[in-house]
Order: sequence, then structure tokens, then C-alpha cells
Amino acid sequence: MKHLLSITDLDRPDIELLHKLTDSFAEVSRRAIPKVPALRGKNVVWLFYEDSTRTRLSFEQAAKRLSADTMTFSVSSSSVKKGESLRDTVLTIEAMGVDAVVVRHGSAGAPWQIARWLEDRVHVINAGDGWHEHPTQALLDSYTIREERGSLDGLHIGIIGDIKHSRVARSDVFAYTALGAEVTLVAPPTLLPPSLEGWPVRVSHDLDAVLPSLDVVGLLRMQQERMTEHLVPSLREYTSRYGLTRRRVDAMRDDALVMHPGPMNRGVEISAEVADLPRSVIVDQVRNGVATRMAVLYLLLGQGPEKVLGSDDVIVPELQEVLG
Amino acid sequence: MAERERRSTPPYGGVFVARSQVMDADDVRRAIWRMAHEIIEHNHGLDSVVLVGLQTGGVGMADAFAEALGEIDGRTPPVGTLDVALYRDDIGIRPVLPEAVTDIPVDLDGAIVVLVDDVLFTGRTIRAALDALNAYGRPRSVQLAVMVDRGHRELPIRPDYVGKNLPTRRDEMVNVSPEGVDLGEVVKS
Repeated sequence: MKHLLSITDLDRPDIELLHKLTDSFAEVSRRAIPKVPALRGKNVVWLFYEDSTRTRLSFEQAAKRLSADTMTFSVSSSSVKKGESLRDTVLTIEAMGVDAVVVRHGSAGAPWQIARWLEDRVHVINAGDGWHEHPTQALLDSYTIREERGSLDGLHIGIIGDIKHSRVARSDVFAYTALGAEVTLVAPPTLLPPSLEGWPVRVSHDLDAVLPSLDVVGLLRMQQERMTEHLVPSLREYTSRYGLTRRRVDAMRDDALVMHPGPMNRGVEISAEVADLPRSVIVDQVRNGVATRMAVLYLLLGQGPEKVLGSDDVIVPELQEVLG
Repeated sequence: MAERERRSTPPYGGVFVARSQVMDADDVRRAIWRMAHEIIEHNHGLDSVVLVGLQTGGVGMADAFAEALGEIDGRTPPVGTLDVALYRDDIGIRPVLPEAVTDIPVDLDGAIVVLVDDVLFTGRTIRAALDALNAYGRPRSVQLAVMVDRGHRELPIRPDYVGKNLPTRRDEMVNVSPEGVDLGEVVKS
């Protein structure tokens, strides 16, 4: 794997391999000294053109536990303010000698563009591009469900809220369905994308009808900054129809999980008390996020050049070394 | 992606073909039994002894040791498993992926750790294992038990307990199982 740009680049065995790796890195995180030397000497740069707290901290923690060095490029304190183009910024960073670039950008597709500009040895990880994709979030969400339920096969997962503006929803849908779950999107028509062509999902506008059949209730942040677009009459009306209130929890199955990618608007899409119920795995999502990003960084940066394995000359002694 | 990662999980794109059997199941059982006695003798009992099997070849052997030690001494020492992939020195040179989750059930501070592996070859796995153990505490001593020492060391590492010294060529392959020890080659599939 060269880059992690889209969850759709991964098929089921790929995602399962990453989940298995994540198990190992979760164990590292539980140790008294939660650090391994695996990525010593590797340099990872955070290129964040959009605000992010948890994703950046999570990647930062992941890189440090792997002993990689990190640098942060944040737009607010950089030459972008002086008018430097994205391409020049990327080439400047590359010239400093980095091994991976973790990108968050407001425009869909920016990580692909950056991957084209960079030379071969630099890996690009998409940490969120516009409304488009957030593949590591999908990996950690599916990992969290797998941790709780063993497998996603045959589960019915609801994704509720502002689907239109959500890169999390888009990436989650493809990860969940690749792993054998059924997904239902629940949102008012104004908060759905204009077209759902190619999305392997069902759609409902009635949360109360769907809720009793859900194994996982995945909530999305109601993006209040979008409220100027008048997509819902009011937040209070949204809460009454689509918010996960205490009353709605009683309609859920006993073993159903509650998830939220954060940051939460308590009292809007999720009531304050529901967020703290034992069936809420929101804190587990954050914890698993670190292990998931360790797995991704390690899989991209810790493997050798393609030709080493499969070359005819050295495989046998290497093999005994691995097995013995 | 992933053709490469899938190839890098066992059997690493090759199939083991046995040429000759050098130990049979009885030989393996007797070697375990003898080494178990040596572990008790060397440590004057089993106080503070912890067995740690290296993924994947040493895990079954560590369990076999625990069983033998329990029969001989009446006490079964704690058994853990260790995956050293993240401590290897060839990360970035070729695909190195963890095989299984490490499980060390006790604090290793002050413990006598007996590392258990099936085959000792270059010694690089053991070097990585010594590093990895640091994350779990500071053992009083670390000892090494292997079923086969096949030579070709690249680091100053030697085993404390050996089932069999087996001279080999570098391109040969040794396969250890409870059913016996075979010498052969890996043929690319």
C-alpha cells in the first residue's frame, strides 16, 4: 500500500488485515511503556489546512508511539498566509526530507493532487478532504464495532444526521458494507447528498421506525456552522425528530451500540445522558483511533520496497529468520 | 493495495518441502523433558521463572515446557507470548508484520524469563525479543531455550537450553512441530 487516500481503495481482506494489525498496536498502547522503535528515523508531517484537534492529536500520539518524528504545518501560522500555493508548500516540505504527509484539506481531492506532486517514496494519508472522505475514521469505527461484536457481518448499522456534509458518513458506509453490514442512512431530505447513486445503502426519514432494528446507532455532528443554509427549520426541531434522546434509547435493542465521531453537540444530536451510557462506545472510538492510525502509519512506512519479497535470491534465509 | 501485504503473511509465498526428518515426535518430547529438567536445575527450582514463547514457533513449545515443568516440579510457571515484529532491525527493508497480539500476563521486574523459540538462526529475532522485553519490566535474567540451533549466527547470542544442534546450509529450512523436526527447502509457490 502506497497511500491511504480513500476507504474504497481497500477491499475486505485489506480492512481485515488492518484490523488485525490494530489489535497488536492496541496491545502496545496498554503497556507500561507504550512505545515501540518500529518507525525510528521516519519523519511524518501534518499538513492541516482545516482545523482539527482530535484527528491531529490522535495521529501525533500514534506516530510518537511508533518512535517516528513529527512536524506540524498549520495554515494559520505559515507562509500560506503570505500567498504560497499548495503545490509550492508541498514541494518545500518534501525537500526537507519527509517520509509521509498526513493531509487535512477543505477541498475534496486535495490528497490525490498532493500524491501526484510528490516523488515516489513519500506516502500520503488522507485525514479528511472536504465533504469527501476520512478513511482512518472509517477504519477505527469499523474496528470499534468489531471489538464489541466480533464481526460486522449481518449487522444493521444506522448513520443518522447530516450525511450531506459528512466525510465520516461517506467513508463509514463503504467500510461497513465492505465488511458485510447493512447500512441505513437516516436524515431529513435536505441533509442527504443530492445523489446517492453507487451508495450501497437504504434511506429513511423516520428515525423512530428504523431505531428498533439497529445494531449500531452512528450519530453525526450537526454542523451548526452550516445552519445559515436553512437546511433544517431549527436545531430544536432537528433534535425532536432525529436526536438520540433518552426516550429513544428505550426503543433501541438492548445490545445496540451508540457511536459518534466527535465533537459532540450534547443536547442536539445526542442528549447529554445518552452520551455517557455504558452502551455508548464514543470513548472507545477515540482510544481505537490511536491504535488504528499506528497500524496505518506502520503499514505504509514500515514495509520495504516492493521488490524485496518475491525476489528469487534471498527469500529462503529471510523466511527462516521470520519463522525461526 | 494489498497483494503485497497478503503475500507477506505466512507462508510468505513459499511452501516448505521436507527432505529428511532429523527428530521424530518421541525425540521432540524427550528433548522438551530434558530441557525442562535443565531449567529447574539451572535456576534451583522454578521461583520467579516465567516462560515467554516467541510468535509463532515458540508459542506451542512454551506450553509444552509449562506442562513438563508442572509434571516434574508440581508447579507450572506463568506462560506469555511475545511478538517481536515491531522491534526487528529489518523493518523498512522487507515487509514485517506482527503475527499475533503479545500477551505477557505478569510483571517481569525481577523475573527469570526463559525465552522459548523453535529455531535459532541468525539471532536477530532474539535481539529484537530482548529489546521488546524492556517494555514489560526489568527481568533479573533472561535465558533462551530452542529446539534447534541451526548455526549461522550474525549476532553474539547463544542459547542456554538446546534440543538439538543441527548444522545446516543457509538456504535450507528447518521446520519444528510436535510431530518432529524436518530439514528441507522452501519452494516458491
